[in-house]
Amino acid sequence: MAELLNMQAIGKRFGNVTALENGQLALEKGEVHALLGVNGAGKSTMIKILSGVYGQDSGEIRLNGEIISLRSPKQAKEHGIYCVYQEVDTAIVAELTVAENILMDSFAAGGSFLLSKQKINKQAREALVQLQSEEISVTRKAGTLTLAEKQLVLIARALVHSAKIIIFDEPTAPLSLTESDKLFSVIQKLSSEGVGCVFISHRLPEVFEISDRITVMREGKWVNTFVTAESDSEGIIEAMLGEALSHELEYQTHPTGDNVLEVRGLSDSEKLKDISFSVKAGEIVGIVGLVGAGKTELAKALFGAANSVSGSVEIAGKQTRIKHPEDAIRAGMTLIPEERRKEGLFVHETLRANASFPNLRKFSTKLFMNKSAENKFAEDIIGKLKIKTGNTETPLVHLSGGNQQKVAIGKWMSLDSLLYLFDEPTKGVDIGAKVDIFKLIRELAGSGKGCLYFSSEIHEAISISDRVLVMYDGQIVKELSRQEATQERILLYASGGKEELNQTEKLIERERSPISV
Amino acid sequence: MKENAVQFLFKYGAIILLIAIILYFSSISDAFFSYGNFSDILRSISIVTLLALGVTFTLVVDGFDLSVGSTMSLSTVVTASLMVWYDMPLWLVLLLPLLIGVAVGLVNSFLITVIGIPDLLATLSMMYIVAGLHRTYTEGYSIYNNMPLTSGGTAPGQLSEAFLWIGQGQMLGLPVPVWIMVVMVLAAYVILNHTRWGRILYMTGGNAEAATLSGVNVKRVKTSAYIISGVFASMAGILFTARVGSGQIDAGAPLLMEAVAAVFVGYSVLGAGKPNALGTFFGAAVIGILLNGLTIQNLPYYAFDIIKGAVLVAALAVTYVYAKNKFAKT
Repeated sequence: MAELLNMQAIGKRFGNVTALENGQLALEKGEVHALLGVNGAGKSTMIKILSGVYGQDSGEIRLNGEIISLRSPKQAKEHGIYCVYQEVDTAIVAELTVAENILMDSFAAGGSFLLSKQKINKQAREALVQLQSEEISVTRKAGTLTLAEKQLVLIARALVHSAKIIIFDEPTAPLSLTESDKLFSVIQKLSSEGVGCVFISHRLPEVFEISDRITVMREGKWVNTFVTAESDSEGIIEAMLGEALSHELEYQTHPTGDNVLEVRGLSDSEKLKDISFSVKAGEIVGIVGLVGAGKTELAKALFGAANSVSGSVEIAGKQTRIKHPEDAIRAGMTLIPEERRKEGLFVHETLRANASFPNLRKFSTKLFMNKSAENKFAEDIIGKLKIKTGNTETPLVHLSGGNQQKVAIGKWMSLDSLLYLFDEPTKGVDIGAKVDIFKLIRELAGSGKGCLYFSSEIHEAISISDRVLVMYDGQIVKELSRQEATQERILLYASGGKEELNQTEKLIERERSPISV
Repeated sequence: MKENAVQFLFKYGAIILLIAIILYFSSISDAFFSYGNFSDILRSISIVTLLALGVTFTLVVDGFDLSVGSTMSLSTVVTASLMVWYDMPLWLVLLLPLLIGVAVGLVNSFLITVIGIPDLLATLSMMYIVAGLHRTYTEGYSIYNNMPLTSGGTAPGQLSEAFLWIGQGQMLGLPVPVWIMVVMVLAAYVILNHTRWGRILYMTGGNAEAATLSGVNVKRVKTSAYIISGVFASMAGILFTARVGSGQIDAGAPLLMEAVAAVFVGYSVLGAGKPNALGTFFGAAVIGILLNGLTIQNLPYYAFDIIKGAVLVAALAVTYVYAKNKFAKT
């Protein structure tokens, strides 16, 4: 195979921040090349340089052996480099037809004043046929398409210009399983026709399924390029993290004590039906279910943030009535909610103010706030949770998702609760932060706290939980001990035990790899 | 470069504007830059500052109280009527209007937190209801000493000297209303910036859902903010009665806009970016000085609303342009 693209020693700085120090990427004709790295590793910057959004400060880009300069997205497109962004809606004009969207770049470039509808429709249809997607009508308004169809329209847009390189930036994140499969067959078809594809994803199993080679980046530098067929996920994760942190993601045992939480017959008026379970001190109980199974509803009902909840809740052996989160906190409960920006944090406020908020009494003498005590506590959790931030006065909007999540968890540390509810704590967090969060949950359990871990990431729940409760349609349908819990069994119960076998099998195939990054 | 300019304008724009206004008026009028005139300005802004402090509290919890003007009107006539019509003792005269403020605040927060009407619409409705109430109460007449009554005869009471001192007296070289204003501004500042309650108010305004999940009873917090707003409006009404010496109807209506403008000018003082007590005082001062200077220049009073509106637009423009820039990356 001939070398199509070679990016060498790419450097890029934004003000004082070095985003890229030594970016490298080589792409052959007809190759699917995965680009991996934790958040902030420099993937996006590489992609943006390749698609002409940023110009590089140093290094060279060769296309078919010739040095090219990509100073604008237009230039990149002229060289046949197209990008399918994750947020497809930003690139689609909802009010135009599919055909007009596919050929949009050619209008933008000029040409004849009058547009022939028929000609456009014909060209667009040809492009869609090439993608085996002729079922999308070219005269439909693009706004009515599904996300997956919009992606196909964007790919078709690249095809009409005989693209040489197509960049897929986390294309599968919003897609369902069947839609991803369709996308993969399209990518395979493209590569068989000699198009070079750059593929970015946080899901390792997909990467192994689709890619020929994998380039891993870390802290703005190229680490290694692997041939996919000859590598395994452990090696890739290690390359991404820089040290073998991956054992943190494996199960570790620890002792447990008496019940801290005992729930009997909990129901709400909408979703939850007759839920009973218990949590011991020092125990991590995973509550696993697919999206929509009622995990978040259960967490909120326990925490007093839901209406018309019935059933009995005992905390540390005492019958407790919880009507409002205020009561829950007083009883020794803590909830780290799923939507951290919406429900967990005050993103425009400083780290200090966020950290002290759940327990203001501790940081105030009589009525007045004690700012130095607040500062000290903020410094504490920054150090303990390795939060990357300027200082305690930084507004949280300037922190990355993983660091925000650490604040959302760390702010509860001043309360010394008995029971911690974590609702999807690793959602949207890169693997480095994930490891830190796992460590923290284990520490909490180790110091005798009860932990409830709500998650739809089955493999993660298995690796951290002592016991797994499977939820389906607002009920706990199965309790599995640590030894019994496997991906397959959990998935079977989580899908109501009714799902068609072959589809479950496929899901299992995706889930088998230990971790998504 | 552009970003820095915006930053700089946001932080110091209001102060630079204030200095520019003072320099300009001083240069064209000898009467402007004098102790007497400044004490006049402070006295003239004292009522609107109280009103604006109430609005500040509601904006802090991400609400908005449009009913403060009407509440002030109601408090004005009630205060006067208690003395003129019913000849009540001073402590009741001061207490009852404040209770009316509390009541209006409670109704506002009931509409907002229990029924769920958006703040702006709920308080807009209350603005009309309360305005109607105060006109009905006085049957459309202003209230003054020994006024003739519609039922025949004259009213028994008068506004007492002690009461009028609140609005017209002097203490330590400054008018009493100025002292009241200074004390209230400082109290609001300390509460909002240095107490636990203040922190809860700001956090509730920043993200009500996150506050709830942190154990804050958001409804109770919002209710407290609206009660405070009602009480400040009532105080403004009492002060107005004492200052003018009679219970004018519709006293508060024209002050609503000025109060709102003061709060939004306050957003940008020293780059606070959120409602704050000192900023509100500063905003009221900017508007007061501007109007005073223009009065000296013989600007007709009916043009004042143009100036107030323009100041509000400018303050809002600075605030929103800044917010757009600051959080563009998120």
